[in-house]
Amino acid sequence: MILVCAVADLPDGEAHRLEHGDAPIAVFHVDGEYFAIDDTCTHQDASLAEGWLEGCTVECPLHASCFDLRTGKPTGPPAKVPVRTHEVVVRDGNIYVEVSA
Amino acid sequence: MMRTITVVGASLAGLSAARALRAQEFAGRIIVLGEETHEPYDRPPLSKEFLAGESPDISLLTTDDKLLDVDWRLGVSAVQLDPSDRSVVLSTGERVQSDGVVLATGARARTLPGRNVHTLRTLDDAIALRSAFASAGSVVVIGAGFIGAEVASTARKLGLDVTVVEALPVPMAGPLGAEMGRICGSLHAANGVRLITGVPVAEIADHLVRLADGIELRADVVVAGVGATPNVSWLAGSGLIIDGGVVTDAKCSTNIPQVVAVGDCASSFNDHAQTVLRQEHWTNALQQPRIAAATLMGRTSVHAARFAVPYFWSDQYGSRLQFAGHRQEGDQVEIVSGAADGPFTAVYRRESRPVAVLSRDEARVFGRWRRELTTVTEGVLS
Repeated sequence: MILVCAVADLPDGEAHRLEHGDAPIAVFHVDGEYFAIDDTCTHQDASLAEGWLEGCTVECPLHASCFDLRTGKPTGPPAKVPVRTHEVVVRDGNIYVEVSA
Repeated sequence: MMRTITVVGASLAGLSAARALRAQEFAGRIIVLGEETHEPYDRPPLSKEFLAGESPDISLLTTDDKLLDVDWRLGVSAVQLDPSDRSVVLSTGERVQSDGVVLATGARARTLPGRNVHTLRTLDDAIALRSAFASAGSVVVIGAGFIGAEVASTARKLGLDVTVVEALPVPMAGPLGAEMGRICGSLHAANGVRLITGVPVAEIADHLVRLADGIELRADVVVAGVGATPNVSWLAGSGLIIDGGVVTDAKCSTNIPQVVAVGDCASSFNDHAQTVLRQEHWTNALQQPRIAAATLMGRTSVHAARFAVPYFWSDQYGSRLQFAGHRQEGDQVEIVSGAADGPFTAVYRRESRPVAVLSRDEARVFGRWRRELTTVTEGVLS
């Protein structure tokens, strides 16, 4: 598991970008729940952590592709390929990510 | 009772309308009429990866779209709208009658008189230009707007000798203002492209562009990127109010009941700008149909405020320009992050209120300001 940040450092509606090799991860806080997905949009190189969060959907800041944070599935064009999702664990006031294989 | 809805236009706006109608649980029949024979495709890559000879996936259709149950009728031309029963009359004489009509006919590239002058709007245009580039050594691009700059950038990437000619004194001054237009236009020279400004084109002959000051430019390929004209002439006589595009309110309603207009062919009241805008932006063609579908279904879209802030991007010479908001003459512009010779963000203000933001290669800063503009718009609306 990788430490992302303290719970206090990720307010509701915000995102944290975690460097992880050449596949950075974006962690989102949605109304008390935390979600982690691959940070790079599958359509074109852009950081989803910089995107627009609306409920459980993040919209890519570049071309407005939407992804469901729970499933990683694209819910709006132009992206067609899902992003990977990762397990989030909250323990002792910290947020951790279990990176999917 | 809405049983059948006809969408006229099968590009991003038309496809988005079909998707939005289904998403909003319209269970009736959807007919989409498209003039091009191609299935819906994405235009932004045409001036970039596609023109560069790569093979980007430009189809807009996803596997989910197969479930839309749309009656696609591609390769047909709409020539008239009969307001008495909302029939769309095709060039074959056939009448397509329905309970609601979405006008999404887009725009076409403005052309210049002269032989062998390329434009870039459709897939067929891009195939022709790509083929011409393959055997060319030089190109003259007429117009230093976004399409012109992207074509010049791709041509340069392909190793062509590139000259860009702009009639106005500063490139992109309309959308960006003179100061930022000059800064962004400097990418041409920085990448070895010759930019000539403030001189109109007098004449185009085969492989020759003659400027008003007498200068003659010879090139293997001539491309005109001089704007687009909305496809609305077929609506003459329909009773629809046309002013540039089809005039609508912020909900995409026209002056004919159950006829809505979206995308490049619509001149819509914009809540952010507080005026009528005809936007030729990709994002508008994606978002406005969701508002229009709600209108046809007798509802109000919850997205109105957020969608109201215009947004576009342009990829040129390895840099990404992003712009949100609506600039007017007299707005004050200030670089708030970075510097003019590299990545930067500039904010436009009117009476100290932010009204627009421009970034070059600063997506994160840009995103924050874009949200800020939305908040301002929501404040105005509430």
